[in-house]
Amino acid sequence: MKARTEKTGRVSYKESVPTFTNEMKQGYTILAPNMLPYHFDILAEIVESRGYKVEILKTEGRSIIDEGLKHVHNDTCYPALCVIGQFIDALKSGKYDVNKTAVLITQSGGGCRASNYVSLLRKALKAEYPQVPVVSLNFSGLEKGNGLDLRLKDILKMGYGIFYADAIMSLYNQCKPYAKNPIEADRVRDESILFVKTALRSKAYKKYEMIVAELISRFKSVEIERTNKVKVGIVGEIYVKYSPLANNGLENFLYAEGCEPVVPALMDYVLYCIVNVINDAKLYNKGKKMAFVYKLIYKLLLKIQRNIIEQFEAAGFEPPHDFEYLRACADKVIHQGVKMGEGWLIPAEMVALYESGTENIVCAQPFGCLPNHIVGKGAARAVKTLHEGVNIVPIDYDPSATKVNQENRLKLMLATARDKIAEQSVAVVVEGEVEQEVAID
Amino acid sequence: MAYLLGIDVGSTTVKTVVLDERTGTILYSSYERHFSRVKECVLSALQKVEKAFGDVTFRAAITGSAGLGLAQKSGVCFVQEVQAAFGAIKKYHADTDVAVELGGEDAKIIFLTGGAEQRMNGSCAGGTGAFIDQMATLLDISVDEMDSLALKAEKTYPIASRCGVFAKSDIQPLINQGAEKADISASIFRAVVEQTVSGLAQGRKIKGKVLFLGGPLHFLKGLRKAFQDTLGLDEAHAIFPENAPVFIALGAAISATAEQAESIKTLYQKIYNCEAKDEVVRGKPLFETREEYDEFVSRHKRSDLEFADIRTYQGDAYLGVDSGSTTTKLMLISEDCKVLYSHYQSNNGQPLDIVVARLKEMYALCGAGVRIRGAAVTGYGEDMMKAALKMDFGIVETVAHFKAAVHFNPWVDFIIDIGGQDIKCFKVKNGAIDSIMLNEACSSGCGSFIQTFAKAMDMDVENFARLGLFAKKPVELGSRCTVFMNSAVKQAQKEGASVEDISAGLSSSIVKNAVYKVIRAKTPEELGKHIVAQGGTFLNDAVLRSFEMETGREVVRPAIAGLMGAFGAALYAKEMQTAQTSSLLSAEQLQKFSYTSRGTVCRGCTSHCNINILTFEDGSRFISGNKCERGAGLKPQDGKWNIYEYKYERLLSSVGDVPCSGEEDGQKRAVVGLPFQLVMFEQLPFWSAFFRELGFAVKVSDKSSRDLYFRGQHTVASDTVCYPAKLMHGHIESLLDSGVDFIFYPCESYNIDEHASSNHYNCPIVAYYPELLKANNERLTAENFLSPYIDLNERKSCVRNLVAALSKYGVGAKEINSALDKGFAALCSYQKDVREKGREILQNARAAGKNTIVLAGRPYHVDPEINHGIGKLLTSLGLAVLSEDSVCDQAPIVDVNVLNQWTYHARLYRAAEYVCAQKDMQLVQLVSFGCGIDTLTTDEIREILEKNDKLYTQIKIDEINNLGVVKIRLRSMVAAIGEKGVKAEKGGASV
Repeated sequence: MKARTEKTGRVSYKESVPTFTNEMKQGYTILAPNMLPYHFDILAEIVESRGYKVEILKTEGRSIIDEGLKHVHNDTCYPALCVIGQFIDALKSGKYDVNKTAVLITQSGGGCRASNYVSLLRKALKAEYPQVPVVSLNFSGLEKGNGLDLRLKDILKMGYGIFYADAIMSLYNQCKPYAKNPIEADRVRDESILFVKTALRSKAYKKYEMIVAELISRFKSVEIERTNKVKVGIVGEIYVKYSPLANNGLENFLYAEGCEPVVPALMDYVLYCIVNVINDAKLYNKGKKMAFVYKLIYKLLLKIQRNIIEQFEAAGFEPPHDFEYLRACADKVIHQGVKMGEGWLIPAEMVALYESGTENIVCAQPFGCLPNHIVGKGAARAVKTLHEGVNIVPIDYDPSATKVNQENRLKLMLATARDKIAEQSVAVVVEGEVEQEVAID
Repeated sequence: MAYLLGIDVGSTTVKTVVLDERTGTILYSSYERHFSRVKECVLSALQKVEKAFGDVTFRAAITGSAGLGLAQKSGVCFVQEVQAAFGAIKKYHADTDVAVELGGEDAKIIFLTGGAEQRMNGSCAGGTGAFIDQMATLLDISVDEMDSLALKAEKTYPIASRCGVFAKSDIQPLINQGAEKADISASIFRAVVEQTVSGLAQGRKIKGKVLFLGGPLHFLKGLRKAFQDTLGLDEAHAIFPENAPVFIALGAAISATAEQAESIKTLYQKIYNCEAKDEVVRGKPLFETREEYDEFVSRHKRSDLEFADIRTYQGDAYLGVDSGSTTTKLMLISEDCKVLYSHYQSNNGQPLDIVVARLKEMYALCGAGVRIRGAAVTGYGEDMMKAALKMDFGIVETVAHFKAAVHFNPWVDFIIDIGGQDIKCFKVKNGAIDSIMLNEACSSGCGSFIQTFAKAMDMDVENFARLGLFAKKPVELGSRCTVFMNSAVKQAQKEGASVEDISAGLSSSIVKNAVYKVIRAKTPEELGKHIVAQGGTFLNDAVLRSFEMETGREVVRPAIAGLMGAFGAALYAKEMQTAQTSSLLSAEQLQKFSYTSRGTVCRGCTSHCNINILTFEDGSRFISGNKCERGAGLKPQDGKWNIYEYKYERLLSSVGDVPCSGEEDGQKRAVVGLPFQLVMFEQLPFWSAFFRELGFAVKVSDKSSRDLYFRGQHTVASDTVCYPAKLMHGHIESLLDSGVDFIFYPCESYNIDEHASSNHYNCPIVAYYPELLKANNERLTAENFLSPYIDLNERKSCVRNLVAALSKYGVGAKEINSALDKGFAALCSYQKDVREKGREILQNARAAGKNTIVLAGRPYHVDPEINHGIGKLLTSLGLAVLSEDSVCDQAPIVDVNVLNQWTYHARLYRAAEYVCAQKDMQLVQLVSFGCGIDTLTTDEIREILEKNDKLYTQIKIDEINNLGVVKIRLRSMVAAIGEKGVKAEKGGASV
């Protein structure tokens, strides 16, 4: 109800909502969305090590979208609809004691409406599940006193966890399409996740050189057969880019089409957020002290990233992008001041993907996504002016956009890409420098 | 040898081509509509091929949007259609520069020279064959007629082409105003071309030799002409190949060269055997048994009205006319509310003609004893009917519907009305309309969609709907706009859903759209206990049943569901009439009645409305299409009641004609251009003063207009961005053409901190649009477009960044610093003036006994091209108009349930809080279509208002110029204010 504070003269319409207290650690199950399958599995492990019970929702199906449509504003972006729909669908499933369940959601705190997912989720729960507390996972100081009780060490662990999960994702994507026995790649992936989880439970979690080396050697053991496959990069709004629920299983579609999906690392997004704080200080003298701390963190993370890159290269894998290089890529097409949503990171990744040999890029975005007008569709032309050969296809995701429509556009992109490979291989043969024609998939 | 066979399965047609493998000559081709029976149609096409060629072998490939699933399941080779086209072009028209292909539901463009590129329309884009079909349905002519008419056009009207729903709202008023069908047809074709140029080419010029492909471009000469004219192509450069309709199939045939040669029998078997895989979600059947259906029918029979014979009836009678946007309804009732006469008809052209003809018929039927004592009219055509036929009363649509509903259920607390193209829902509290929900332009899943779809299936709507009643497994088609439904239907077809299942699915998605999108109910309880369902669409039992199933309630659906507006109007006439006879034209007067209609452009102001003048035989005139009174030949309401007009003028005058320092003696530094949209609608005084102080001459871009939008349309990158942003492209062009030295448009992540919110962001569009402009307009360079990143709240960095940006002009930090002071002073004085003007308007309004509306939106909603004169409309209804920024300083800071971190949002919340404390005030929120972050504010503002017992009214605005719906909404609001017991101003509203 409406409340007026006499002293400040402020008027409040804030509704009281259940908070997630430390006592709830016991007995409560925290449901979390499945944005990135490997990453969230690994991150959940870290939270669980602090005594929480976390369950990553891996549900699928139309009923999720229907619940989302019912509980979220028509024009709200698709990720909110998916995440909230998935929670409500889970609460309705009868699998959980709704009086002993909390839901966890990440919150960015930027100028994009995505920073409001927590509020939207609360509104959605209000009608049927007012007792369910919403736990905000954010690093921008929002929602004080209602987060998880995590120590600095846990946050550090999460950083490492993201690096390891990124490594697994990238190695797997590079092995799976070429594996003589694709199930072998799956097995190595699953075991690698377990390995990382165990490592994070032990004191060795910081030993990134060793852990990444181990991951590489595990994937090296997968027997592969090099064929010339179409490489397709995936960039875009962070949830739609990664979540199979939102992007209709984009990675699997690409596998089925005989392509190699190239998915940039989640750590890039983390670094992007960190760099934005540094940039704000540089551009607007904003939060200089904070920026100083962030710079230190940035340096540390960059050092780890560079080590991973070296190890990948040495082993003959395509490494993650060096973040300083990504920033340089951004500077070619957009200003680093564009920091809402995924901001300058999207065009930067487009450029970097192209320059590292991935010419075909899917820009996955929720229908009507505001930042994406600028950095997705809006920036595609700048990238194309820079690199004429880049093949970018923006795909909108929406509760009613059909798979047929999306797949038809993807197929167009793939057809163009295959033609190009064919032309190139013909050209190569004509020049007579290669005796064997490259197999085309 | 084998032949090459290409099969193109599109969204509406199946095309086949057979080629001689060695010579590449076309031996055979066919083109057929498949009416959604995709598999059957392909099979029959194969049989025909077999008949023509006998027992030979073929190398076959399938292409097309609906062919994908078929190919996957049958194992026949699939070629993506654009790729197929590409191959055929290279083989048969190698010298082509650009190819444009319009299909049933896809539009594609292929650039062959200067960097090959292939593009398809996004998911939300009209401008295709289906769009043309839909428009022809709307005009009630065949596509061929439309084509021949278009060639005779004399002028064109601006029509939104982005999607059918939008175009409809532009076209319907034109039809109703009696605009020539020839002109409308040509306008539709022009809209298609514009869509292709802006939506597909997106800045890339279509020039050189252009090849036009696809059915519509082959069959429609008018469309061809529109393309040629707009692109400026002569005969030598616009190529329309003979085989255009089957061109893609030809491409598929070419790409089948490497396939295994097979007999038609084998191919036939392969396709015949592919089972529909059940990937589509299926719902429950509407009726499990025949008995269930019978019970349903007899239950609804109870809500019929009684009839009386007009020929024998003796006594008083009352006439109600509902002149809707797509249909016209009439009803004559007796003293005891029996139906004497009723009529329901689609508007095929001028609704006035329909009413006149029906009145004549009614008079002819009337016995001597019928005395018409009162006549009332409601709907879009209200004013015209009143003027032409001298009807006694006009009544707002919502009120008419409410009156009718109460007749059937005195306890009614919820009314849902689904008509041909709008959905209206009202909640009723204490015997008065409490809140009104109308569909927005983009969620128009209404009745006409079923109609258009039935037509596409070659069926009439009744039969089509009946099929759905007993469908075993209705498909789930989603609940959004019709464009999306189309592609959902396509997918269902791909999966082999039957027509029955699709029909039932469409009914249910119309209901879901209404319940979840328009009403936005989370549970059925929210709707109320006593629901009356009405509107022509509810006569469709499948829709009615779906509604009852979705809400879990039994509702009242009167048999006259389609006539409720007319019935309500008649009831109103009966209630209100005091005179003995109606002023309605009598039978004799009607015989003499005639009028002439003339369309012209109003020169009253810069809006240049397309108006239509009806002149009646007695010399009186009726003017429609005008946005303000000036068009109707009346003296306009004084701008003194409307702060929107004041703000606009005040902003422009802040630039003024005062020369910059140093200009007279030729010492000016340079000319800076400021684009008058988005952030400049607040900061124009700031930057104007800033640059003037620095010795720059300031030039503001041209005023916004539809033409200005078209000037920049080719650089718009995203067709779903808001209209203010799209207009920006035109402003940039106007400045580039005016020869300024540079354009200045800063990137501001942060707006000015007004200390009323937890952060003070701009929205991503306002903040970063310069980046998009730079990336998509080739004319912009680092020299002529300066867009520094600045935060006006932090002086040091702001100075630093501006010094860097203006380094070319040698502007020092000290100068910038004092110029910033001037800027802030100018901005403050502007804001102060706005607040003072607000107080003045309010004072005057109160003195004059007027109610006041706070029209709350964003600063750039002040642009008349953005708000389409809604402020003027409000003043013409006798209200005074304030803005959010003229009152927000008088309210406390408001804490809401969402993150309050945008400067403009905080103003809205405070304005709402302010309104709540004023008895004679209401708030109307303006929202730009596509504004993602306003999805947050709308719910919050509704909550603030409703908690304080105020009405919430939201108006979504886009490039659509038609205020018909807005007018109904605002008049309903005025009526509701009146009924809520607040003293309403009588002047404008006729209720």
